[in-house]
Amino acid sequence: MENFNPFVLPFVLGAFALLGICVYKYVRWIRQFDRAQQKVFYKNLFTGKFIPAIWEMFTECLLHLRITKKNWRLGYMHRSIAFGWFLLIFVGAIESRIGTKDHFHFWVAIFYRFFHHTPPANGTEIFFTNLMDLLLLYVLSGVFLALVKKIRSRILGMQRATKHSLMDKIIRYSLWGIFPLRLLSESVTACIYGNGGFLTQTIGNWFSLPVAQFLELPFWSLYSIDLCLFFVLLPFTRYMHIFTEIFLIYFRRMGVKEHTRMTGFTKFELSACSRCGMCIDHCPLYKDLDIPEVQSVYLLRNLRNLEYHKDIVTAAKNCLMCNRCVEDCPVNIDLMNIRRIARDKGKIDMPDSYSYLKNVSAFNAIGRVAYFGGCMSHLTPGITQSMESIFKAVGQDYWYMDELKTICCGRPLLQQGFNSQAAELRLKNTELIRKSGATALITSCPICYKSFKDEYQLPIPVYHHTEYLNMLIESGKLKVSKSDLKVTYHDPCELGRGRHIYQEPRKVLQAVATLLKISDEKENSLCCGMNLGNTVLTLEQQTTIRDNTLACLNEPNPDVIATACPMCKRAFQHGTNANVKDIAEIVADNLEK
Amino acid sequence: MANFGFSIKKTRSIQLNEASLAKFRQAVEAVPSYKNCIGCGGCTATCSARQFTDFNIRKVHFSLRRGQYENVAQELQKCMLCGKCTLICPRGVNLRSLIINMRQIIANANEPFEDGKF
Repeated sequence: MENFNPFVLPFVLGAFALLGICVYKYVRWIRQFDRAQQKVFYKNLFTGKFIPAIWEMFTECLLHLRITKKNWRLGYMHRSIAFGWFLLIFVGAIESRIGTKDHFHFWVAIFYRFFHHTPPANGTEIFFTNLMDLLLLYVLSGVFLALVKKIRSRILGMQRATKHSLMDKIIRYSLWGIFPLRLLSESVTACIYGNGGFLTQTIGNWFSLPVAQFLELPFWSLYSIDLCLFFVLLPFTRYMHIFTEIFLIYFRRMGVKEHTRMTGFTKFELSACSRCGMCIDHCPLYKDLDIPEVQSVYLLRNLRNLEYHKDIVTAAKNCLMCNRCVEDCPVNIDLMNIRRIARDKGKIDMPDSYSYLKNVSAFNAIGRVAYFGGCMSHLTPGITQSMESIFKAVGQDYWYMDELKTICCGRPLLQQGFNSQAAELRLKNTELIRKSGATALITSCPICYKSFKDEYQLPIPVYHHTEYLNMLIESGKLKVSKSDLKVTYHDPCELGRGRHIYQEPRKVLQAVATLLKISDEKENSLCCGMNLGNTVLTLEQQTTIRDNTLACLNEPNPDVIATACPMCKRAFQHGTNANVKDIAEIVADNLEK
Repeated sequence: MANFGFSIKKTRSIQLNEASLAKFRQAVEAVPSYKNCIGCGGCTATCSARQFTDFNIRKVHFSLRRGQYENVAQELQKCMLCGKCTLICPRGVNLRSLIINMRQIIANANEPFEDGKF
């Protein structure tokens, strides 16, 4: 039979097994979508949204631009293997279509050199032969870097690589084996028939003819068997991310979002994690405290692999929810939501817990702005007093919503997996704000701000006080004088990474003081350690994280450390000799009389 | 004692040697910083829920210490978990963790993901 040899069977069977298992899994997961998720998905399915989706699939699944932006060496490694392999298959298919007129035996594209012995004669053939060799060299350079990373991850800019399970290790070696085996197989064939390119022919010429004839079939068989092994293991290991990420990008672009409980979409997200381990290095729990196996990569592994199910809760609990890993994740997986899903409190998350709030009635605040200090601001009265004096200075009528009694925004409960209790508080606060008739809501606490913005559906605009102050200063309503204070600014997690408010606080600070640059700011800002996301760390551990953050903030010798979060302020003020102030306080001190 | 045919009040004595402290010990084990508590009541003074209702976290934890577990679950449910108590505690007791753990211990409820049912 032409274009067939028994050695292709493992490859063919493996490819079909891979296709079958993937289709089965994906169909099952899509059926497990929540109804709301399905609705969004079908609504957007036939809109123009698929064009940016396809572009993102190309740039992320093949070119890996997001990784490249963070670390070009890792980006090169991933791109050379992913894009290089894709091109090997794609160009190989074109070459085999030109070379043979056989479209039925699809494996010919993979094993083209074995079935097509004539040495390249015309320009096109020479071009393709050498291009294929170049692509193989490109992939091999990536595999070489992967090997270097395995031995010393620091060379590629990673402090620590992920600890993998046995299956993940086996499939990794099978992946690394594929390309050297292909090189050897093509080389021995090139030795016999002289049909190689610049690389395979050179290596082929090192073999003597009888050796090459003896080795040809074993090498090609090994190559085929290795491909089969990779294909069959793929759906059960981390390499499932190769195909899942494509789907995940598509669903995300269609507007599908994570639900509060585990759905089919969560399974897509779990499988899209490549366990690259980029979330480990900057995690405060790893960086400052050396706590292993709680980072997002391990939580996702625990949720996905049956043998690690027993460790889910341990990993889920121990996290500051500082969002740093979300910023670092090259796949943009919704890590915080997945963590909240894993923290679900089940039976003890009781509805109707806050019946005592039903007598709280709304204040008539028509024409005023509502000011919500937040629970934590009650521990730092300087912030609320400053805000009140600023409201008075600009002649803004305001309603201090929680001056005496605070109803929590519900985010601390949500972070710990009390979904229905959090919803109850949200409902109450929404009712109070709606009935009051206030025109805008201003809050001093980034935690509340994030909650009001993302989890509430309020009919009025919501501002963090730094945004509000910036508006006042820019519109000229608030006159401030520039003092000679030198300040460094700490980006609170929920305000910075949580809501991407980086510019407004800086503009406000530059209007009243001189802002100094620090090493870790904006997206890379360090956590103050007291974040409400964690309930496991001891005070000593939290203090260690805080001290490292303070060291960074104190480095340029500021007069004042500025922050925009009452909790960060509270955390810092006892740990340093420098003055710790909220932006509102600095502004209130520098009002033009 | 002579029986006068009436009494003033039911006894309020607590039989500590009969009380089962198993759940209290479980809570200490889950949150070791609980041992540091000096009962100053700072947590109760700052409590957000306390401003609306008679929820008293200090009282709750003393009930727990004495093995009186009735009503504890309903009381703890009033907590909004805002975390002020944890921040002001002069002894560094992780009260948020304690409240969550006490609720789980008293309800005898594991987290769903702990049971592997999801």
